Amino acid sequence: MSFVAPEVQWAALAPIILVLGAGVVGVLVDAFAPRAARRPVHIGLTVVSLAGALVAVALLWRDVRADGGVEVLGGSVLVDGPTLVLQGVIALVGLVGLLVVADRTDSHEDAFAPSAAAVPGSDYEELARRKGLTTTEVFPLALFALGGMMIFPAAGNLLTLFIALEVLSLPLYLLTGTARRRRLLSQEASMKYFLLGAFASAFLLFGAALVYGFAGSVRYADIARAVSVPSDLDPLLVAGSVLILVGLLFKVGAVPFHSWTPDVYQGAPTPITGFMAAVTKIAAFGAILRLVYVVLPALEWDLMPALWGVAVVTMLVGTVVAIVQTDVKRMLAYSSIAHAGFVLVGVVAMTSSGISSVLFYLLAYGLATVGAFAIVSLVREVDARGGAVVAEATHVSQWSGLGQRHPVLAGAFALFLLSFAGIPLTGGFTGKFAVFSAAVEGDLAWLAVVGVVASAAAVFFYVRLIVLMFFTDPAGTPGSSTTVVRTDGLTHVAIGLGVVGTILLGVLPSPVLGFLSDAAVYLP
Amino acid sequence: MTLPAVLPVLAATEEHVTAQAADGVYSSAWLLVAIPLVSAAVLLLAGRRTDRWGHWLGVLASAASFVVGASILLTMLGQPDEERVRDLHLFSWIPAGEFTLDAGMRVDPLSMTFVLLVTFVGTLIHVYSVAYMEHDRDRRRFFAYLNLFVAAMLLLVLADSYLLLFVGWEGVGLASYLLIGFWNHEMPNSVAAKKAFVANRVGDVGMIIAIGLMFATFGATDFETVFAGSPAASEGLLTATGLMLLLAATGKSAQFPLQSWLGDAMAGPTPVSALIHAATMVTAGVYLVVRSGPVYAGAPTALLVVAIVGAFTLLFGAIIGTAKDDIKKALAASTMSQIGYMMLAAGLGPIGYAFAIFHLLTHGFFKAGMFLGAGSVMHGMDDDVNMRRYGALSGLMKVTWITFGLGWLAILGVPPFSGFWSKDKIIESAFATNDGHGWQPWVFGLVALVGAGITAFYMSRLFFMTFHGRRRWSDGHGRSDVDADAPVRHPHESPALMTWPMIVLAVGSVALGGLLTIGDAFAGWLEPVTGHVEHHEPVLPIWLIMALTLVLVAAGAFLAWRQYGAAPVAVVAPRGSVLTRAARRDLYQDDVNEALLMRPGQYLTRSLVFGDRQVVDGAATGLARTVAGSGELVRRLQNGFVRSYAATMVLGVVVLAAVVLAFQL
Repeated sequence: MSFVAPEVQWAALAPIILVLGAGVVGVLVDAFAPRAARRPVHIGLTVVSLAGALVAVALLWRDVRADGGVEVLGGSVLVDGPTLVLQGVIALVGLVGLLVVADRTDSHEDAFAPSAAAVPGSDYEELARRKGLTTTEVFPLALFALGGMMIFPAAGNLLTLFIALEVLSLPLYLLTGTARRRRLLSQEASMKYFLLGAFASAFLLFGAALVYGFAGSVRYADIARAVSVPSDLDPLLVAGSVLILVGLLFKVGAVPFHSWTPDVYQGAPTPITGFMAAVTKIAAFGAILRLVYVVLPALEWDLMPALWGVAVVTMLVGTVVAIVQTDVKRMLAYSSIAHAGFVLVGVVAMTSSGISSVLFYLLAYGLATVGAFAIVSLVREVDARGGAVVAEATHVSQWSGLGQRHPVLAGAFALFLLSFAGIPLTGGFTGKFAVFSAAVEGDLAWLAVVGVVASAAAVFFYVRLIVLMFFTDPAGTPGSSTTVVRTDGLTHVAIGLGVVGTILLGVLPSPVLGFLSDAAVYLP
Repeated sequence: MTLPAVLPVLAATEEHVTAQAADGVYSSAWLLVAIPLVSAAVLLLAGRRTDRWGHWLGVLASAASFVVGASILLTMLGQPDEERVRDLHLFSWIPAGEFTLDAGMRVDPLSMTFVLLVTFVGTLIHVYSVAYMEHDRDRRRFFAYLNLFVAAMLLLVLADSYLLLFVGWEGVGLASYLLIGFWNHEMPNSVAAKKAFVANRVGDVGMIIAIGLMFATFGATDFETVFAGSPAASEGLLTATGLMLLLAATGKSAQFPLQSWLGDAMAGPTPVSALIHAATMVTAGVYLVVRSGPVYAGAPTALLVVAIVGAFTLLFGAIIGTAKDDIKKALAASTMSQIGYMMLAAGLGPIGYAFAIFHLLTHGFFKAGMFLGAGSVMHGMDDDVNMRRYGALSGLMKVTWITFGLGWLAILGVPPFSGFWSKDKIIESAFATNDGHGWQPWVFGLVALVGAGITAFYMSRLFFMTFHGRRRWSDGHGRSDVDADAPVRHPHESPALMTWPMIVLAVGSVALGGLLTIGDAFAGWLEPVTGHVEHHEPVLPIWLIMALTLVLVAAGAFLAWRQYGAAPVAVVAPRGSVLTRAARRDLYQDDVNEALLMRPGQYLTRSLVFGDRQVVDGAATGLARTVAGSGELVRRLQNGFVRSYAATMVLGVVVLAAVVLAFQL
């Protein structure tokens, strides 16, 4: 008996391999490269691998457009139009997000603890700070997470789905706990995220087991085939799919599986918050799309009412609770919950325009989110006594009058907020318009109406912040004030890319929309 | 000028020449707009770095446009009539499903007339401004706005569809707004800019409705389709379209009832008043009416309203002009009145179109010249605009005096100066309105005739008060011919950069009208656009009209001489008669606007605000309170404990599963 090597179409996996490979190399860099060289090498590696992934996606798109896509590794990974679009968007938004992660202030401080392992407040921490240590491990961690995210929407069976979920989640748990300031909050957030994430993974795994019990296979194609044949085991299937969806809805932060979001978004280092708020959501929605549109369409009438309900509750809770927030990061966290609801509206449309509208929405939302959190990471408190720049000024009141002192930065933030609010000429508007019209097309006009009402209400807290920045005099509590730190400039590049993308998607959306509706065809 | 006077005269027909594709030098017409636009962008974006040479870039851009325009004109002159109307396709502008609109340019004798006027006079005024604005730290920005204006104005006249025309239309409005308020650190200037903008917006609504009507009727807004479809459209629709276009025209051209902004617009720097508020932008309304000839051809009522508006504004402006002591405001009133003449001519239909544009052209020269002269006087008089403190400047500012004098003779309509040829034709045509039947020829003819007399009076008054009589200022050595506390002034001639443009414009004021009249050259030149029209017989013999006009003009000028040239002028305006006081207050135009529009508007908004607070806000705050309350409730669930979060999740799973299973049953 001889071993027959499986035939693997490596080329189709190129984007994933590039990113994961760069992550592995990154670990080696941390182990062997001299301390001073690590940061630049990491940045170069990250940029090159993600740019390479983008190029690979573009090259693969030619073949996929011609033949509709390929199954790789025995159907574990499916490379088709939506996969490539999502991988491209993840690489692009991830790249922009990692620019913010890589940036540091003019006093050479990045957003991460000098030594994340040090007990907060200990002598060791102080020593690490004085020695100027840096946690450069964030780069390989982020790359691993991105690799997992790129597999997530491409997964062709439930096991791959689960593994991708863990590959993307575990680094994020770690990254959440590495904040330089307010470390206890950060570590608490990390712990919560891990516990709840493990809990949600368990649901997903349990659901996968039930579905396997029903279909006798974990392959999507087999499951889809089994689903379309009526059988006595239907309750098994339905319960299983609900549990799988729960695991995924947890990742996108849909109500009622959203509780972790505000705490984690607030506690995590802000660049990481922006990174995961944008990219994780994109990847998770990619996985949901494939599941709903390819694997379980026959269950439409069983599952959809539940998903409608989740969409409605998510939009309403996200919006309503955001209104009463006083912390910018928490407000953006709830806003991202509301956005998950809006995206779900496009998902449940169950039309082909639903797929492309969701893809567009995710791109527009991702760019604006990374940009918005990038700006949050720049706005800092000034210590009352020493005059030193300390933690981020996240209380809403500290943002008053920012527009008068830093008009360009505040203008960019206002643009992102307007995009979140869905004001015309921004990408957010086009995205909302696309998902709502997909819903109307899918005979869900009532859901679109709920969405419009929710986004109208959401305008309130976005505009309140704009008013605060531009039309309120900087009051500030006596003795402390708010400033904008100078950095090496990578953050500004990221913000600039976000601004350009948001405006382009708002002003000239038709090429992108046209491309997406071409690409939104799944492999069976 | 070699305008072909020997063109084969087309048969008496309303047929317009159909457009051909632009080729050769015509295809460079886009440069006309692009050059000043790019220059404006450079000057605005590059900021203070271009301060040192920015103004010369502005001059150069305007001059380059003129060169392009002139080369197109020369080509056009060498071609027969039927090849003179060209369409230049630029790009597909709005491809929206079934509706597509291409951005394109219409290069024909009418648009080229404007192109030449705008770029030639514009360039002269650019040159003048280099010296006039020399001490202004924002001179570069000023030139950027001027360039922006030139680009927008050229787009306005070159556009081949109403929608693209509207882009230019708004562009000139914007430039006008920016330039009126150029010295916006002083409140009255900002207010004046805002007033001009708002009045123009009212007109713009007319434009938007007109475009909407065209779109609804013809499914297109380009000239070609609209004009081709007009003969078949219903008269009611065409009348509505025509009236809406007229509303737009009254806003831009300061005609009744939207005339009130022009006087205040004099707050802008004087070169702006000369270029925008005398020579070019304010005549855009006349262009619009003439260009829309085929629409008006099917709407005689709308055309009559155009004539009535023109005739009314003609007298209105002239009467205001008799009482103004501010030299620029007097000139502004005169502009309003002269545009009234053009509007009246345009309202006479095809017989008047050519004369409207002809007068527009000559007026562009002599009025711009006089405005520059006024600027030169102000330059020498420490920016004082009160003519009652002028006097006896003729010897001290010789060039200004002579060039202004030539402009004065031109606007009076003294033969053989430019204004005589153009204005006389309008008066003549007014007497021939409606083929000489009914009341129209008499009313319009007499209004135009009387207007000429009043014009002669107020322009002579202005001229004599400024340059002749006794000096009502002091030269600093206690010498004043009037009173001891006269302001100290040191009048002097302006630098060459300012005088040369005035001289060139003065040459135009003298000769342009006569040259273009030889053999009806100008009317023939416009024929491809306006169509050929047989001359109608006026109700009075032509020689009588001409004689009456000259007598009235002489009488007006003489009266002004007796009152303001020979007799001493009071340094403080006397109380005057009821009419004088009314004219001084612009015939109560602002009071009327306030009483009719502003106050009711304020009451309306106040009551709306009240209703809004009580009803709408009441509901909204109630809703907001509910929302915030439920937000608080949910926030309490967010207690920070992982165990409760996990419990929420489990609860969520149970509910979801229940819902799904419930739907299964």
